[in-house]
Amino acid sequence: MSGALARAPAPYWPLAAALAGLALVATCASLVVGYVHLDLLAALNDIAHGRPSLPALVLVQLRLPRAVLGCAVGFSLGLTGAAMQGLLRNPLADPGVVGVSGGAALGAVVVFYSGLAGAFALALPLGGVAGAIVAALTLFGLAGRGAGTMTLILAGVTINSFAGALTALALNLSPNPYAAFEIMFWLMGSLTDRSLPQVWLALPLMLAGWALLLSAAPALDALSLGEDTASSLGFDLARLRLTLVAGSALAVGSAVAVTGAIGFVGLVVPHVLRPLVGHRPGRLLLVSGFGGAIVLLCADIGVRLLPIHPELKLGVVTALIGAPFLFSLIDRLRREA
Amino acid sequence: MRIVATNATVRFGDRIALAGVDCAVRSGEMVALIGPNGAGKTTLMRVLADLQPLQAGEARYDGRPARELGRGELARRVAFLAQGGAAHWPLRVDHLVGLGRLPHRRAFLGLSAADHAAIEAALAAADVAHLRARTLGALSGGERARVLLARALAVEAEMLLADEPVAALDPLHQLRAMELLRSVARSGAGVVAVLHDLTLAVRFCDRLIVLAGGRVVADGPPSVLTDAVVAAVYGVEALRGEYRGEPFIVPWTATEPSPAARPGNAGA
Repeated sequence: MSGALARAPAPYWPLAAALAGLALVATCASLVVGYVHLDLLAALNDIAHGRPSLPALVLVQLRLPRAVLGCAVGFSLGLTGAAMQGLLRNPLADPGVVGVSGGAALGAVVVFYSGLAGAFALALPLGGVAGAIVAALTLFGLAGRGAGTMTLILAGVTINSFAGALTALALNLSPNPYAAFEIMFWLMGSLTDRSLPQVWLALPLMLAGWALLLSAAPALDALSLGEDTASSLGFDLARLRLTLVAGSALAVGSAVAVTGAIGFVGLVVPHVLRPLVGHRPGRLLLVSGFGGAIVLLCADIGVRLLPIHPELKLGVVTALIGAPFLFSLIDRLRREA
Repeated sequence: MRIVATNATVRFGDRIALAGVDCAVRSGEMVALIGPNGAGKTTLMRVLADLQPLQAGEARYDGRPARELGRGELARRVAFLAQGGAAHWPLRVDHLVGLGRLPHRRAFLGLSAADHAAIEAALAAADVAHLRARTLGALSGGERARVLLARALAVEAEMLLADEPVAALDPLHQLRAMELLRSVARSGAGVVAVLHDLTLAVRFCDRLIVLAGGRVVADGPPSVLTDAVVAAVYGVEALRGEYRGEPFIVPWTATEPSPAARPGNAGA
C-alpha cells in the first residue's frame, strides 16, 4: 500500500476511544459533584457491605441516576442528531426533526395534566415513551411506508407543531397556576431528582434505539451519494427510514420522557465532530454519541457548580450555549455558499 | 450477466416516459444509449438498474427478477453511475471511491485487501489517484465526474450502467473515459452508457440503442445511426466522415424549425 493510503483511515478508533474515555470521566465527575459533600470511597464501602448509610443512599438514589441518565441521554441526543443529519443530508437537522421529541413531551404533559403523574412513580416517563411511539406511528401513517425523505420531514414538522399546540392547550386550560408551572419547568429539561427506576425504564429502550441507529451507518455513508446511488449499492431506503425513525423514537423519545426537552446538543455536537471523521456520516454516529454525553454531563455539572438558585434548567443552559453556536454555524455555512 | 427489459412502461403523471421498451444488454458488450432530451434514456437506465418502479413490463437479470437475486447480489453485480452525481458531504476522494465497496462489505469489518486493491485500481483507471487526499468540494466539475466514475468502477460489477459519464469532461478526458469504458467491456464486463456525443457513440460502442419519445427507434451496430434516423430523432442534419479508418458524425444544421417558428407557437 502506498504512503497516502496509510493516511486514509483517519484516527477513528483512537478518537472514539478518547471521547468514550472523556465521557466516562465526565460521568464519574458527575457522581462527585453535588450540593452536599460526598465521600465517594466511604459510600462505595458502605454499599459493598450493604450498609444503608446516608452517603450510600445519596450515591445510589441521587447521584447515580443523575450521572447515568446524563450520559445516556446525551449519547442518545448526539447519536440521533448525527443519524438524522445523515438521513436528511442536512447539517441543520436535529434529533426531534421527525416529531418524536414533541410527541414525547406531549405524552408527559398529558400525564401531568390528567393528574396521573402522582399516581405511580413511572407514570411520567411511561407517558413520554407512549407519546414518542404515537408520534412515530403517526409519522408512518402520514408518510406511508414508501414515502420519500421530504415527505418524512414535512410530516415530522407537522407532528412537532401539532404536539406543541396541544402542549400549549394543556397549559392554557391548566386548572391552577401551580400545575402550569410544574409543566413548564418540566418542559425545560433537567436531570435533577431522577430515580433509579426511571433509569431502568429508559436505558433498555435507549440501548435498543442506539443499536438500530448504529446499524444504519453503512447506509448513511451510501446515502451521501444520493438516493439512487445508495439503492444501487444494495440499501433499501424505505427500510432505512423505518429503522432510523424507530431508533430515534426509542432513543430520543425515552430521553425526553425522563428529562424533558433538552435542545441543541443533538444539533451542535455532530457538527463539531464532523470534520474529525472526514465528514463520513457513518463514522459520525458513535463519536457524536460520546460527544453528546460529554456535553450534557458537563452542562449538568455546570448547573450544579454555578452559584445560581434555583438551579438553572439543563435545557435552558444547553440552549443558551447552543444558540449562539448555531448562529456562528449558519454564518459559516452562508460564507461557504 | 444479461439484463433483459420486456415491455418496460413508465408513466410520470400523464407523461409517458417509456412506452413498452424491449431491450437486452449483456456482459462483454459496450452499448451506447442515445436519443434527444426527454427520450427516456435516464428512465431506461434506472429500469435496468432496478431503481425505477414499472407500470407494466419487467426487467430480468439472467432470467431472474431482481427480487429473486436480492439487493446485495444485484448491488455486487450491477453498478450504477447517476447522472450529474454529487456528494452531500465534502468527503475525501479515496473515501468516496471506497463507497463503491459497500456491497462487498462484511459486518463489523473494515476494508479488505481486495477492497483496497479495487479502490486503487479504480482511482488509477479514472486518472484521479493524485487527487485521493483532496475533498470533493475542492475539485473541478470534470474531476468530480471522474471521481464518481471511479466510485462506480470500484464496485467491480459485471454490468456498469453509466448515465452521461462524459458530459462534464474535457476532450482529453472524454477520450480517456471512453477508452476506459471500452477496456472495461473488453475485460468481460458489460457497459451501457448514455451519451450525447454521436462520434463517441459510433466510434467506441459495439451497439447503439436509439431512444425517442419513450420508444426504441433503432437497436444495432453503429451503422443503424443513418442520416434518416439522425434527422428523425434529433431533428438535425449531420456531417459524416472517416478519419484513420474510424467514423465520425457531427451535428451540423437543425432541420427542425426552431420553436418560435413553429405554427403552434406563433402566438405564444
